[in-house]
Amino acid sequence: MSKKKRLNSYKRFLPLYLMLLPGCIYFIINNYLPMLGIVIAFKRVNFSTGILASPFAGLDNFKFLFATKDAWIITRNTLLYNLGFIVVNTVVGIFIAILICEVRNKKAKKMYQSVILLPFLMSMVVLSYIVYALLSTENGLINNSILEPLGLSQISWYSNPKYWPFILVIVNCWKGVGYGCLIYIAGIIGIDPAFYEAARLDGASKWQEIKHITLPSLVPTIITLTLLSIGRIFYSDFGLFYQVPMNSGILQPTTNVIDTYVFRALLELGNVGMSSAAGVFQSVVGFLIVMLSNWSVRKLDKDKALF
Amino acid sequence: MMKTRQNKKFQIFIHIVMILLALVVILPFLLVFMSSVTDETTLIRNGYSFFPEKWSVQAYQYIIQNSNKIFRAYGITILVTIIGTSVNLLLSSLMAYPLTIKDLPHRRAITFFVFFTMLFNGGLVPTYLMYVNYFHIKNTIWALIIPGFLLSANNILLIRTYFANSIPDALLEAARIDGAKEIYIYLKIVLPLGKPILVTMGLFSGLAYWNDWTNGLYYLTGNKGQALYGIQNLLNQMITDIQYLASGNAVGNIGAELLKMPTISIRMAIAFIAMLPLFIIYPFLQKYFAEGIMLGAVKG
Repeated sequence: MSKKKRLNSYKRFLPLYLMLLPGCIYFIINNYLPMLGIVIAFKRVNFSTGILASPFAGLDNFKFLFATKDAWIITRNTLLYNLGFIVVNTVVGIFIAILICEVRNKKAKKMYQSVILLPFLMSMVVLSYIVYALLSTENGLINNSILEPLGLSQISWYSNPKYWPFILVIVNCWKGVGYGCLIYIAGIIGIDPAFYEAARLDGASKWQEIKHITLPSLVPTIITLTLLSIGRIFYSDFGLFYQVPMNSGILQPTTNVIDTYVFRALLELGNVGMSSAAGVFQSVVGFLIVMLSNWSVRKLDKDKALF
Repeated sequence: MMKTRQNKKFQIFIHIVMILLALVVILPFLLVFMSSVTDETTLIRNGYSFFPEKWSVQAYQYIIQNSNKIFRAYGITILVTIIGTSVNLLLSSLMAYPLTIKDLPHRRAITFFVFFTMLFNGGLVPTYLMYVNYFHIKNTIWALIIPGFLLSANNILLIRTYFANSIPDALLEAARIDGAKEIYIYLKIVLPLGKPILVTMGLFSGLAYWNDWTNGLYYLTGNKGQALYGIQNLLNQMITDIQYLASGNAVGNIGAELLKMPTISIRMAIAFIAMLPLFIIYPFLQKYFAEGIMLGAVKG
């Protein structure tokens, strides 16, 4: 009886498991096998004997990595840029969302919303061209059409690291602000209009409405989005830091992040030990941060948590 | 009376600020286009500018005359986008449907198996070494399709939630009582009813493939790899190595060819060509983009 039942359930569920199979195989190959591959960071990789047969090196790779100045620079850059992105994109995103929600004309409202989202669709390569058109020393718009006519001397943007923290924060905001903006708009639309009516009856000004109704109502959304971004704080958009500064060596003090370091160490320098150590550092710390941020989101709003 | 006048002023103020912000978004794109239709010598003298002293379509003429590499790259990007997005939607929906069935044994474990890929990953080094040394993916078209973008756990879970919430259980039960096989239910009920979410997720997957250049950077090298460059990788290469285009000419005299080539405007022309399809489809699909973002869809 129970055997027959099991057979029946096997018959019933087999097609469903077969449907799951291709996706599971992909995740095993693309995600789970590389997870096992973090063992590479603890080996002295010798390609002639193969990766699996290479001798173990203990923590040597990590010792070498953290003995370099790079380890500190890439960690600092990754964290500081992400913090900058979170603050700037949140402030600008909320500002634009509030403005768009105040627009009465429905068509104009929709148009503004669409335009703000447009750069989000573009690739980092295309963005790097736009930045190049603006900043190129010989042909750039800023040097030729703004600084020169004003009688100021030209700036060679691509060989001065000190400008890049600002450039990258602006570029990131320009590209990404539409995304957060859309979510804040939904948050504002969800606010009970009765609050605003009551405020108007009391003679509140627009600024008072924003300060005492709109912003406080958005706080849960802001906190959730911020915590989710903090969960990703150890990762960065490779294209933004590699392609937009044109992979320039001179700019690396302010543009090198963990992702670009891992790429360069692996594919440009062929240093498997250092790059895998940096990669594992990122995976492990990134994992801890994601768990921590999710735990905090969960405490605040169960529905918004990843799990 | 005074209140409405004040409101009107406020509306005008908001429109002014928003129009300025919209210009900040649009002008850089316009700059790319204007530069692509500016005469080369004017560009050398004045730099990229919104107001070309002298117009010229020589960059586009050059692209059409020497179109092999550019059209090839365009074709590869289109091919990779179509194949990648189709496979992505097929595999995602195939995974999402069984995960909605409540009495499927080990459902929670399988869901966690999918979900865990969002929390932890092995990083570039093991991924790269595995794909290159064990799957021999280097310099093949598969390198552009398979690594990273073929499935996204986040999007599978969003599709699953949509299926679970918008397809009535009673409908599926009725079909099962009538003796319908699961694959039939998937094809005839789940897919048609799940169309809205599949369109939205397909859009994000397609965008990820269209815009991707990292797989090309990692896995395509040398002449063999360059033959597989999509439009983004072509752009990526051009900005540092303008000679790349000239090297495609049968004539050995690269120097002379380069002199004839409008290198400064042509960069912007190709960048514009790469953006153009997005500008064209965006107005029609922006509703789906907005919906996807609200749901929490991610690229790739």
